[in-house]
Order: sequence, then C-alpha cells, then structure tokens
Amino acid sequence: MISAMRLLAPWVAMAVLFAAAPHVFTSGSALTMMSVMGTMIIFALSYNVLLGQTGLLSFGHAVYYGLGGFVAIHMMNAVIHAKLGVPVVIIPLVGGLAGVGFGFLFGLVSTKKAGIVFSMISLGIGELVSSSSFILRTFFGGEEGITTNRSALAPLFGHKFGPQIEVYYLIAAWCFLSIVAMYALTRTPFGRMCNAVRDNPERVEFVGYSPRVLRMISFCFAAFFAGIAGGLTAINFEIMNSEQLAAEQSSLALFMAYIGGVSSFTGPIVGAVIVTFLQITLSDVSSVWQLYFGLMFIGVVLYAPDGVVGWVKLHQQAALRGQLWRLAPSYALVAPAFAAAGVGAIMLIELANRQFELVQSEGSAMRLFGVGLDAATAPPWIVAVLLFGAGAVAIRLLWPRIGDAWGAVNERLHSRDAA
Amino acid sequence: MLQLIIFSTLNGVLYGMLLFMMASGLTLIFSMMGVLNFAHASFYMVGAYFGFEISRRIGFWPGFFIAPIAVGAIGALVERYGLRRLHRLGHVSELLFTFGLAFVIEELVQIFWGKLPVDYRVPPSLDFVAFRLFDTTYPAYRMFMLLTAVAMFAALLAGLTRTRVGIIIQAALTHPDMVAMLGHDVPKIFMLVFGAGAGLAGLAGVIAGPALVTQPSMAASLGPILFVVIVVGGLGSLGGAFVASLLIGLVQTFAVAMNTSLAAIFGSAAPPFLGDLWQVTVAELAPIIPYVLLVLMLIVRPTGLMGTRET
Amino acid sequence: MTSASIEPETEARNSRSTASGGGGSGRTDAESFAASVAEVQVTNGEEEVMKSGLAGCALALCLSAAPALAQDTIKIGYIDPLSGGGASTGEGGLKTYNFLADEINAAGGLNGKKLEIVPLDSKANPQETLIQAQKAADQGIHIVIQGDGSSVGIALEDWVTKFNQRNPGKEILYLNYGAIDPVMTNDKCSYWHFRFEADVNMMMAALTTFMIDRPNIKKVYLINQDYSFGQAVHVAARAMLGQKRPDIQIVGDELIPLLKVTDFSPYIAKIKASGADSVITGNWGQDMTLLLKSAADAGLQTDWYTYYASAVGGPTAIKPTGLAHRIFEVQEGFPNSAPEAAQKFETEFRAKEGMSVWYPRAVNEMNVLAKAITLAKADDAKSIAAQLEGMKIEAFDGGDAWIRKDDHQFFTDLFIASIGPLDPGAKFDEEGTGWGWKTIGAVKAIDTVLPTTCKMERP
Repeated sequence: MISAMRLLAPWVAMAVLFAAAPHVFTSGSALTMMSVMGTMIIFALSYNVLLGQTGLLSFGHAVYYGLGGFVAIHMMNAVIHAKLGVPVVIIPLVGGLAGVGFGFLFGLVSTKKAGIVFSMISLGIGELVSSSSFILRTFFGGEEGITTNRSALAPLFGHKFGPQIEVYYLIAAWCFLSIVAMYALTRTPFGRMCNAVRDNPERVEFVGYSPRVLRMISFCFAAFFAGIAGGLTAINFEIMNSEQLAAEQSSLALFMAYIGGVSSFTGPIVGAVIVTFLQITLSDVSSVWQLYFGLMFIGVVLYAPDGVVGWVKLHQQAALRGQLWRLAPSYALVAPAFAAAGVGAIMLIELANRQFELVQSEGSAMRLFGVGLDAATAPPWIVAVLLFGAGAVAIRLLWPRIGDAWGAVNERLHSRDAA
Repeated sequence: MLQLIIFSTLNGVLYGMLLFMMASGLTLIFSMMGVLNFAHASFYMVGAYFGFEISRRIGFWPGFFIAPIAVGAIGALVERYGLRRLHRLGHVSELLFTFGLAFVIEELVQIFWGKLPVDYRVPPSLDFVAFRLFDTTYPAYRMFMLLTAVAMFAALLAGLTRTRVGIIIQAALTHPDMVAMLGHDVPKIFMLVFGAGAGLAGLAGVIAGPALVTQPSMAASLGPILFVVIVVGGLGSLGGAFVASLLIGLVQTFAVAMNTSLAAIFGSAAPPFLGDLWQVTVAELAPIIPYVLLVLMLIVRPTGLMGTRET
Repeated sequence: MTSASIEPETEARNSRSTASGGGGSGRTDAESFAASVAEVQVTNGEEEVMKSGLAGCALALCLSAAPALAQDTIKIGYIDPLSGGGASTGEGGLKTYNFLADEINAAGGLNGKKLEIVPLDSKANPQETLIQAQKAADQGIHIVIQGDGSSVGIALEDWVTKFNQRNPGKEILYLNYGAIDPVMTNDKCSYWHFRFEADVNMMMAALTTFMIDRPNIKKVYLINQDYSFGQAVHVAARAMLGQKRPDIQIVGDELIPLLKVTDFSPYIAKIKASGADSVITGNWGQDMTLLLKSAADAGLQTDWYTYYASAVGGPTAIKPTGLAHRIFEVQEGFPNSAPEAAQKFETEFRAKEGMSVWYPRAVNEMNVLAKAITLAKADDAKSIAAQLEGMKIEAFDGGDAWIRKDDHQFFTDLFIASIGPLDPGAKFDEEGTGWGWKTIGAVKAIDTVLPTTCKMERP
C-alpha cells in the first residue's frame, strides 16, 4: 500500500503542478509560454524515444511533428466545414495517427540501418519533405500555411476552447497522458530491448530479436507522439506552415533533449522547459540571443554531456547519503570565478555587439546590468577582459579542488556500498 | 539551345568544383575522425569574410593566401581544444559540438560584419570577359575559380599519394585504428587533417565570395548539399566526392534550365490526388533533387558511389 | 528492500560509464556510436519529484518578471524580424518608426502622451509572431505594426481578428506597412487591419499602365518567388499585360524557390535564350541581389521592372551591372522628386540614421495614426479604427491620399523611377553608390483603385 503510494506520488505531484500552474503564473504571456512548453515537452520526449532509448540520432524528426499538425489542421477544417460533432479534444489523436502513418512509411526506409546511415537518411527525408511543402501547395498552403479556428468545432461541456486558459488545460491533459504513456513504454520489455539495440545490436540478434523490427516500432512510437505534439500546436496557434517541418524545428528537438539530458527520462522535459523559455524571453534581452544559445549548447556538449538532469543526478547519490556538504567549500570557491567569467563574457559579447554592429545605427552608449556604459571607450573593455580572464584562470586553478572533493565523496559512497 | 547547353555545362562544372573544394575537406575529416563536421560550411563563410576584410585593407591576392591559412589555423584550434576533448564521449557529442559551433560562428560573423551582404568584389585584375559565345559573355573570374579548384584537386591528389604524411592519411581513411596501433601520432594527424579541411573550405570561401553574395546565411544555404555530396560520393572516397560534386552541380544546373513538367508532357488534365505534382516544372524541383538522390542512394547503396565504408 | 535495489543500479552505472569511455577496438562504428549515448536510467520516485521541482523552479525564475505598465505612454508594438536572416530589413524599419515617434514626441506627443515603439522580434516566423503579439497584448499594447512578409502578415491578421472576438474590450489594431498579398484586403480581410502599402495588384496596375507608352517592350520574361506574393505578381502581370498591351509576348514565366537559389546563372541563361527585352520581377532580398549579380556577370542587356530593387542591398548590387536607368521600380515616393518638406525629412533622416528613407509609406502611416488619435481624443483600438476608416490626408510625396472603408486599404499616388547616375541638381544617391532614383512616371491614386471582395465583420 505504502509502496503504491510512493509510486504514484510523483505523478500526482506532476498533475497538481500542471493544474495549479496557471493560478500561480497568471499573465497572458505566461499562459502562452506554458502552453508552448506543454507541446514541446511531448515533442522532446518523443525525440528521446529515438535518441536516448534506441540510440538513433535523427535530424528530421520535425517531419512527423509537422505532418501530424497539418493533418490535424485539415481535419479540423473538414470537421468545421461538414459540421460534424467532433470535439477539439480528440484532434491531437488525429495528429498522432498521422504521425505514426508517416512514421511507418518513412521508417521502412529509414530504419534499415542504424548509426550514421540512419542520421543521413533522416536528414535527407527531412529536407525532402520540407522542400516539397512549397510544391504541394494545396496540402501545405505554401508560404502562408493553413489556418483554422478552434472555437468553431463542437463544444465539450460548453467549452469552445477559445480562451487560452482552456487550451492550456487541453495541452496539459494531453501532456500528462503522453508522459505517462512514454514512461510506461520505457518500463516494458519492448522498451528494454530498445535500450539493448542501442547498446549492442549484434547481441540482440543472438537473443532472438530483430534490431530492425525493434528500431521500426520505436520509430513509429516516436512519430506517434511527435504527431500528437503537432496536433496540439495546430490547436494552440491555429496555423500550420512549412516552418514546422524545417530543419530548425528538428534541431530544436535535439537541443531540448540534449540540454535536458538524453540519459534520463525526465531530461527532455526539463530541456523543453528551459529552451522554450529562453527562446521566448532571451530575444527581448539581447539582440544576439542566438549566440548565447549556441554557446550554452556548446557548453553543455563539452562540460555536461548528460545535460542539466545528468548534472543534478550526479549530485543525487551524494545528497542521499548526506555527503553533499563535502562539496560545498570547493563549489563556494569556484562559484565566484564562474560568475566573474560569465559576467566578463557577457560584457565582451555585448560590447562587441554594440561597437561593431550597432554603433552606426544606435551609437555606442548602452546599458548593461543596469549600468550605463560607452562601448567606444576603453574602460568597459578592460574591465570585461579582466573579469573574464581572471575568472577563467581562477576556474582553471581551483578546479582540482572540486576533483578532490568529489574523490572524497566517492570514497565515502563506495565504502558504504562495500559495507 | 546549344548556347544553353554549353553555358549550363560550364556553370554546372563550376558549381560542382566549388562543392568539391568543400566536400574534399569534409570527406577527409569524416572518413578519418568519424566527425560529421556541421561547421564545415561555416569555415567556408569565415574564409569569405576574412578574404573580404583582407582585400578591403590590403588586396585580394594577399587575402587569397592569408585567409585560408587563417581559417585552417582556427580549424586546428577547434580540433585541439574542442573536438579532442570529446573523442572519448563518442561521435554524437562531436557532431553536436560542431552543430553548436556552426550556430556560434554565424552569430559572431553577424556581430563583426553585420547582417547585410558585404561588398566583396572581384579584383580588377580578374574583372574582364573571358570569352564570348553567341553574344553571351563568360566572366574571367569564373574561369579563375575553375582553375583554382582543379589546381587544388591536383595538389590534394599529389599530396595524398606522394608524400609520407599523405600515405598515412590515406591509410587512416580506411583503417584508423590500425594506423594508431602502428604508432603514428594519430591526434596530431587528426589536427592536421581538420585544419587542412577547414583551410580548404576557407579557400573555397575566398574565391566564391565575390561571385556569390557574401552574407551570414551563406553557410546555412550550402551546408545540407555538402552532406548529400559526401554521402552520395561515398564515405572515405575522395574520388567519389569529386564525382558526386560534379554530378550534383551538373544535375542542379541543368534541371533549372528545363521547363518541362508532367503537365507539359501529358496534358494539363491531372489525375486525382496528383494535382500539384502534375503542374510543377523540373526547374522548380531542382533544389530537392540532391535530397532525392541522397535518400535513393542510402536505400540502394549505403556505401555511396565509390565508397568502401558504410559508417 | 529499497536500498538493496538501488545498490546494483549504482554498480551498473559505474561500470557502464567506464566501459563506454574506453571504447573497445572490436566494436563497430555503429556500436560505439550508439553506446556513446548513456543508458536510460530507471527513474525512482524521488527523482520524479526532484525533476518536477526543477522544472517548477525553472518556470518560477522565468515567469516571475512582471512588466511595469506606464499609463502615460502610447505603446506601439513593432513586430518584425530583429535577428536572423530578415534582421537587416527589420532593423531598418525599427529605426524608421523610432525616428517618426521621436518627431511626434518632440512636438508634444499625442493627447499629451508620448509614443513608445516596443520592438518585438518575430524571427520572420508566423508562430513566433503570434507569440510576440500575445506578449504585446499582455503588456497592454493595443497597436501593432508589421510589414516584413505576407505569410507573417496573414497569420497576424487572422490572430488579431480572433483575439478581438474572444477578448472584447481589449481589442488590438494591426497596421500593416509591407505585407502586400492582395488576399489580406480581400477574402481574408479584417476590420482591425489597415494596410498602408499598395498591394501587389495595385502596383502591377501602375507598372502596366506605365508600360502602355513604351513600344520598345515587346518580349517580357516573368521571374518571381514561389510563394503567395510572387504568385500574385505573376498572375497580375499576365492578366494586366493581356489587358493593356496584348501585343506583348510573354516569353518566360519562372517561379523560383524562395531565398534558396545561390546561383542564378542558369536562370539568366534562360532569359537570354528567350530573347526577352524586359524582365518583370517581384524578387527581394538575396533573390534580387544575386539575380542582378548574375545578370551583370553574363552581360545581360534587358530592362528590369521591379517591386523591390531599392530594398537593402539592391542599389549596391545594381551599380556593377552598369545598367544605368534600365532598372525600374514602382513605389509611393522617391526622394529626388519629392516635395520640399519631404526632401528635408530625407536629409535629416539620412543624417541621423545613416540610411535612406526606405518607407515613405511609414511616414504616411504615422501621420494618419497621429491624426486619428488626436481626433478620437482616445487611443484604444476601437476609437482609432473608427477614425481611420475613410480618413483623408495629404501624402508625404504629395497628392491626395485616403483609406477606403470597404477594405481598409490606403490609396496614394504611385511613382515609377529608374536608377542611374544622378542628374545635376539631384541630391540623393543610394547606399553610397553615386546612383539615385529618377522619377519618370506617376500614376494618380484614383487610377490605382481596384475592386475588392472584402466583407468584413464590423463590431
């Protein structure tokens, strides 16, 4: 009984979080952002079914997301036109079915081989579909895409899903169901065999399974959930256009899953939240937001390959054993160095941006962290270089301390294991 | 008609040679290190911008020599301090690193040179008409681009087959582990190859910049085609990359010249469900032909035209 | 029981991480490729909660910033690309509107309130534009300006209509200065949308009227971008040429993929082969600059009738072609022939912003908006819209201008100019090339009026 409650606790917590969020963050744009996060969580998780669980790196996952969305939006328009009594809540399922249909079709050719061949085929199919969206105008609507009106479908218990709050709850419900479904997938023997295919396909054959068939089924599942995300996007924005099929959208899935961490189930969820947030708000703060994005991504690839969740998990064992305090002193020493290097880097980037790019149009005066600066003069540059340099050097010098602290922590952990 | 064919052939070969200049470096890097360098087209772009900056301050010809070397140096540094750290984490991490790098390079270029195209001009010494055929002129600069590309191919071939380092690199193309076990300094070779590949891409940028518009989006427009070239040509095969570059260059250039469509051949009554496809002309399909080739090749013959390895 | 089940996991995790780090020589590339992705951990309860908490914290940090609402300014949201490929055009527009707003504020503002232009980066993406529009709504902005791209414009118009339906009392006005697909004032028109640039059909009408008196045009080649705008251009060109100059032979009709072609030499070769003496094109951005570059390289000698030759990068690409006064454009005004007040404005603008006045229509737009707000003595969308309909003003480049009630299209005189070395006495060249626009034809506003199918829902 107690273990059943422990098992259900996190799911209940998640459900409560989803339900309560709009009451904590009440502004309209927060609601929009959370709605987008909901769809991106499903999209990133579906991508990780391929990457993290089956070891397939795809560069064309947006195809299933986009095609699912397009079929969903056409279905919505057809339902409106024919005045059928289909409520909007089951439209994401239509998207999912379309996703799995195309997933099956393209999967037949994609999943024959794994590894680089798979990645290149996915790239090729992705570019093919996104380029043909300009040729097949009736289905894809050309540059302007296809629009719809979600309030024109049959209402559900009096709700027409016009206001954003109702759309949010629709997305939240589907997001919850999808998370549960994909988590369940990882717990089945099928899910475990996918992991086996990722790690050692030859061995899988000896055990009696066909890696090809396993990859194919995994591909179809991933496409199914991507299609659901696409359907929800179609409902949320009431417009689908070829951007949702493009390479940038596929890269986004990769970014979200990787930054969150591909080696854990919840990684893509965290990644989707962080990346969506940055995408929406960072452009308000700096005109070179894409540079920060790229640098952050490189940082994760170089220094935290298991992503944000991986980094947290690294400390999880230590925390559980009460060993976290051992790390505190060295972290406290290095943190200011990181802060200095970070501030210095941001200053350098923003100063360079101002001085080289914007100076002609907007002059060299600027505000950074609330302080007025003139990018044409030397002092801000000197300060930036000093901060960054000092920070970087300090990190370099102090890093062995962190290594030592972790050594002490691991020693304690393993000695307890042995005992 | 003959005029169209001759000029399309010339232009197609030129476009193909340009692709080859970049694909050769990419093939070397990929075959040896297993790294699919997404930032390769970015090195091309940096080469063009360096060429522009140097030609603005000193002259085109100094830029022609200095810029590729500078780009090559940057490539070597990227390998030494970025990729080398990631070898132990596997190919996915290396690939993603180059992915992020491409992003970052594009942004940095926009900071330093702005978002507008820059006025990178053909040098006056090359700004004349090469020949005239049926009252259309062909610029000498394009002939120069052609010659440079051919010279580069010849130099690459000579370097790989006649020098000691070249032979080691050839071996590492197909048997990297064996080469390491034989005691060669594989990391250093990797750095050399990556730097050389980047330098070649930079050279392509320096000469292509004046002919095509030099702007921050030039990397993103050429990037995917490069991957098609190396996969279709075959991994580990420079000859294959050469053939594939020419093939794609010619096919795309000729396709644009053809205005036929299914409707033009069979009449405009389209069968059901084929509506849009019926009307579309071959010229409109030209941009997607490389990707169709890619997918077909991977289904039918994953090793590519002349490749010996699948991965 | 629970602790025992954790132990083996830890062991497995540790051994696996060392194994994948080593990378045996017996493994194929596929294996090492796959193994380089670490294994999926079985999540236990604590992890779920922790990660939910993590996500929650991420959200909390992100969303807690509440923007301060200043009541004594009239905010206008400028939603256009400010990063990525379209940024150079978007930034130029932003500078223009900032300049205009500063001018109005220097004269005391409107109804005692200052104007503030709020930049919102659309990233040239319809979905992103809608997100930014929602942000604008949330910040209390109820006037938005957009102009870069019809695909974005159509999405925005649709969104504004639905938003205003679902949120009565919080309506938003959409002022369009550059999305000129005719459908926006026809089948997809909206009461809350006002367009200040002549649409594709109006411009083609002006161009073709100009072509009536040019007998040297015998063979025309059409080349356009393959999306709604480019298609509208080629459809209009065929129809109107057929009406006004049926003797002209259309020797080619090309639709190129949008912003994808890097080498236009095959297209130039085709134009050559067709024997065309004139080319009509709506191309913009790199599709224009590269096309002209290729034409210069091949020594193509034709006239060019364009919509956007003056856009950023255009004059720089035109000068090397050597085609003096053979490249034409239709627009609502050109500096060298503008009235004195407009020329003064041009001089001041160039001095401050370092660019030409790309958008005389923006000046018209802001003048109209200012007049409407002043007359309405209010700045909510409903009051402004009521004033804007049927408004009449004197255009920036002279002549009468008005907004038609039926479809909210702004009508003003259209001019056709060619670019070449400056005449003596002409003051303004473009992009430092020494070449400038010389007006050679004008079409009165009343002659640009075309019928509309718009049936808008009025509040």
